Amino acid sequence: MKVEAKQAAHAAAAQRTGADLLIESLMNEEVDTIFGYPGGAVLPIYDAIFRSKAPFQHILSRHEQGSIHAAEGYARISGKPGVVIATSGPGATNLVTGIADAMMDSLPLVIFTGQVARSVIGTDAFQESDIMGITTPITKHNYQVQSIQDLPRIVKEAFHIASTGRPGPVVVDIPKDISAGFTEDENYDTEFYLPGYQPTTKPNPLQINKLADSLSKSKKPVILAGAGVLHGKSSEELKSFSTKHSLPVATTLLGLGSFPGISPLSLGMAGMHGTYAANMALHECDLLINIGARFDDRLTGNLKHFAPNAKVAHIDIDPAEIGKVVPTDIPIVADSKEALTQLCLQDAPSPQHEEWVSTLKAYKEDSPLWFNNPEQEMCPQWLIKAIHKITAGDAIITTDVGQHQMWAAQYYTFTNPHQWVTSGGLGTMGFGFPAAIGAQLAAPHKDVVAIVGDGGFQMTFQELSVLQERGLPVKVIIVNNGALGMVRQWQEEFYEKRYSESLLTVQPDFVKLAESYSIRGIKIETQEELVSTLPSVFAYKGPVVLDCRVLQQENVYPMIAPGKGLHEMIGVKP
Amino acid sequence: MKRIITATVQNRSGVLNRVTGLLQRRQFNIESISVGRTEMDGISKMTFVVEVEDSQKLEQLTKQLNKQIDVLKVSDITDKAIVARELALIKVVSTGKLRNEIQGIIDPFRASIIDVSKDSFTVQVTGRPEKIEALIDLLRPYGIKELARTGMTAFLRGQQPQVTEINSFSLLK
Repeated sequence: MKVEAKQAAHAAAAQRTGADLLIESLMNEEVDTIFGYPGGAVLPIYDAIFRSKAPFQHILSRHEQGSIHAAEGYARISGKPGVVIATSGPGATNLVTGIADAMMDSLPLVIFTGQVARSVIGTDAFQESDIMGITTPITKHNYQVQSIQDLPRIVKEAFHIASTGRPGPVVVDIPKDISAGFTEDENYDTEFYLPGYQPTTKPNPLQINKLADSLSKSKKPVILAGAGVLHGKSSEELKSFSTKHSLPVATTLLGLGSFPGISPLSLGMAGMHGTYAANMALHECDLLINIGARFDDRLTGNLKHFAPNAKVAHIDIDPAEIGKVVPTDIPIVADSKEALTQLCLQDAPSPQHEEWVSTLKAYKEDSPLWFNNPEQEMCPQWLIKAIHKITAGDAIITTDVGQHQMWAAQYYTFTNPHQWVTSGGLGTMGFGFPAAIGAQLAAPHKDVVAIVGDGGFQMTFQELSVLQERGLPVKVIIVNNGALGMVRQWQEEFYEKRYSESLLTVQPDFVKLAESYSIRGIKIETQEELVSTLPSVFAYKGPVVLDCRVLQQENVYPMIAPGKGLHEMIGVKP
Repeated sequence: MKRIITATVQNRSGVLNRVTGLLQRRQFNIESISVGRTEMDGISKMTFVVEVEDSQKLEQLTKQLNKQIDVLKVSDITDKAIVARELALIKVVSTGKLRNEIQGIIDPFRASIIDVSKDSFTVQVTGRPEKIEALIDLLRPYGIKELARTGMTAFLRGQQPQVTEINSFSLLK
């Protein structure tokens, strides 16, 4: 009897394929959502998904780029790795933009790509591409599975690497004979040992003391909060630290929401299109405490003029970021939560800096963000403010790159850490809409608004199918100025108005486009129309595409021209 | 400035590509690179000679290398007491008559002739890169048909002398 049972178990085990092991591994990682697109080299995996009663949903995008940006949105909002499956060759190469985007913005992704069978790898087989070679420079790590036995361990390693330390994308390339191959072995050792990957999370106490000491002596301290605060889930600690010493906080574009924008200590966003107060704070400070920001050039402006009088403290989990761009006086390699907790525990005296705080307050009051608002036509900044109002500042906002992104960053005041999904580092057009799909899946009960440009939306709007198919109530707001707005703005300012290929004179009818996917589409041309329409749009429990016609000639201000320092902003006042 | 960097890595496929690709996209110029197995199973060692602008770039180089999952340890050994060797094979044009003369040139370098044909012979030489350069310079007038160098491989000496002036032990400055 016992022998028979054993044989039966053995027979059952013999039926398991590499793909079955993959599904089991995904279940072990408690994956609930997979974004993907099937194809020849992943047919065994899709067959295993079909056969399994796995407790996860598979979201079929209409282009692999849609899958991966959705996974990025999902990862940003859920804090868990986004999981993507694509086939070999063209499927895998269609992911490249999203992988590079996730790498730049440190988003955890685990990407499974199909590969041709091992026996034909290297022969230019049908749908073969060297995805290891292609993705090596744009991943945190990548693997090609060489034996079925290794698969469970590799999946575990991939999730670990993607989601710990500085998060990032990990590619696992699976040859078809591995996913289709049978295995009889039942004992898989998923224990792994990565001696070359041991992220430092605890700060060095000496450096923490040094920072506390510098802070107590500082007359003009400022905090620069980046996405590292969001990844480290340390917004509360940041608030405590800032409140304890009345420290003003500027955020980076990706750090929006890490500190409540409504706080009196908030200076808003710093950088190229940041607020005057935030940029002047960075310029005039004597102590700059950077928490989880990487001193991107769009933030610093010309490095020659960056924080000229400041002692720089930099807290980052990635040691390579410290000193990469700006020389650092106090380097702290640590998780933002650990570092901020330690800093809050320090009993060094607070800085004497009342004068500084009131100077910054005056900057805020005297030079706020501004725009002209003609009554007849719709101005895009006003549009963002209207969306802020109707959603009570609590919606999840996703964007592409460009003018609409900057207006959303400037005029949607973010108060909590899980509201803002944008393509910062890579500046990817076509990101915002699929990212909204991922964000909505991660947060089904939140209002999710994709603020997109008419240019970027046309890069990935095929994902409207997913909204319809899944009944996702994403609200798509097209800030339609009939142009590649930021390109147009730069041509106006730096190329003497030679609008080379930046005006989109031929547009689809976005309303009919939405309707063709059975989605409500509404065209809005005036402020009045918007005011009367928005309540019903947000009361409606389904998806809506709002084609908002805004002024074409509106530009994003204030601005720091290329090559200029943070103190050389233009357009600060009307 | 020229630096000698060693990296201990896990011997997995693609590691070399990962490391050289990283150096390339961060704009570091590799002068030479040599890779081979070590005394430990599955562990290889790479020795790079790189030209870097300043100490800030150097720090970035070692930090970026360290970030790689398969890289276990990165050391800049330029200013330490080290043993460093390179091997070169030099094929020299020669008729029989000149061979004795050339033998006289290569002897002080403790180089040896490891292949002879009708119109050429091959010299093998090992040593520090300057020594190899010197021998190549001496052989060049005879006509070098082919030259192959392995790139430097190096590690720390068994004992590091107690010194205050570490630069005096620098090999390349």
